[in-house]
Amino acid sequence: MADLYTVNKSPFEKNSLEDVIRFSGEGASILFIEDGVYGAMAGTAVSDLVANATGRKFYVLGPDLKARGIAEDRLIDGVELVDYAGFVDLVVENDKVQAWL
Amino acid sequence: MSDVKKFLYLNRRAPYGTIYAWESLEVVLIGAAFDQEVSLMFVDDGVFQLVKGSDTSELDMKNFMPTYRTLGDYGVRHLYVDKASLEARGLTQDDLIEVAWEDWETEEEVDNIVEIVDSGQAIGVFEESDVVFSF
Amino acid sequence: MKLAVQVNEGPYQHEASDSAYHFTKAALEKGHEVFRVFFYHDGVLNGTRLTTPPQDDRNIVERWVALAEKYDLDLVLCVAAAQRRGIVDEGEAERNGKDATNIAPKFRISGLGQLIEAAIQSDRLVVFGD
Repeated sequence: MADLYTVNKSPFEKNSLEDVIRFSGEGASILFIEDGVYGAMAGTAVSDLVANATGRKFYVLGPDLKARGIAEDRLIDGVELVDYAGFVDLVVENDKVQAWL
Repeated sequence: MSDVKKFLYLNRRAPYGTIYAWESLEVVLIGAAFDQEVSLMFVDDGVFQLVKGSDTSELDMKNFMPTYRTLGDYGVRHLYVDKASLEARGLTQDDLIEVAWEDWETEEEVDNIVEIVDSGQAIGVFEESDVVFSF
Repeated sequence: MKLAVQVNEGPYQHEASDSAYHFTKAALEKGHEVFRVFFYHDGVLNGTRLTTPPQDDRNIVERWVALAEKYDLDLVLCVAAAQRRGIVDEGEAERNGKDATNIAPKFRISGLGQLIEAAIQSDRLVVFGD
């Protein structure tokens, strides 16, 4: 078992995503919510952060993604789309939740 | 599961500019009554919370730096400081306050529980915690 | 599973309160127990009944109230944070000599110990903030 990390900040505004990758171990699940969803986009100046983070699973909250007009085909490969029910499942499946605000 | 949980308070914000640092400290103080195993982790601008020499007299704001110094008396066992965050801000341990700790039952004493940790050590601290509070 | 939710931000200003609401609702709909929703910092502003958003916008306060009514949810505003930000119930009005109250139904004002207790009693604490 491992931890679920939530990231709600755009990686262009704050280093929360960078921190989460630095402070998470193998098996971590990282969920992008709110403005954090911009961190799940492919082809940005920071996409490599996610693409190169091996041993971690990335998820993005669909309703937040949709609200910001980001189509699913813009996501970095391997980032999984979840709804709020999926968010709840991730909380249950992991040992604890760390909010990196 | 035992009754005692390991609480970790994650501090990533500078003091005074917003109320988060002060109000999260209030949680730590109140939480002391619950006899959990409590540690604090300072990352990013959160390391500024521990810089000594704070004087808020000209702002008419409460200076809560003295409160950090008493955290050992509130059952806080560790104040971890992320090394990379500290170095990025041009700070060293000498710039930070010292917090003493004493176990009143065993009379075990520690002069300073402010401890600088690298990312690997910090990962261990996060992993072994049961609950992480963010503010 | 037993969950606790912490909300650090006020309504409208920040999405945190929306996220917390949608998460809490989804957890309840999936049959999980939400032990408590604890409102801290500006999060206490989620609990004023005087909120009046434009008609074409969501009413965040009433939404919490409706959820609490449906699931008997415990919505707690931190007393210290509420006092600072002028959220008042009858007890607080009396104690502090205030001439009005503004707390929304189904919310209650209590101490920070309620957050600690929620963290101890619950299997998971989920924090929504800025």
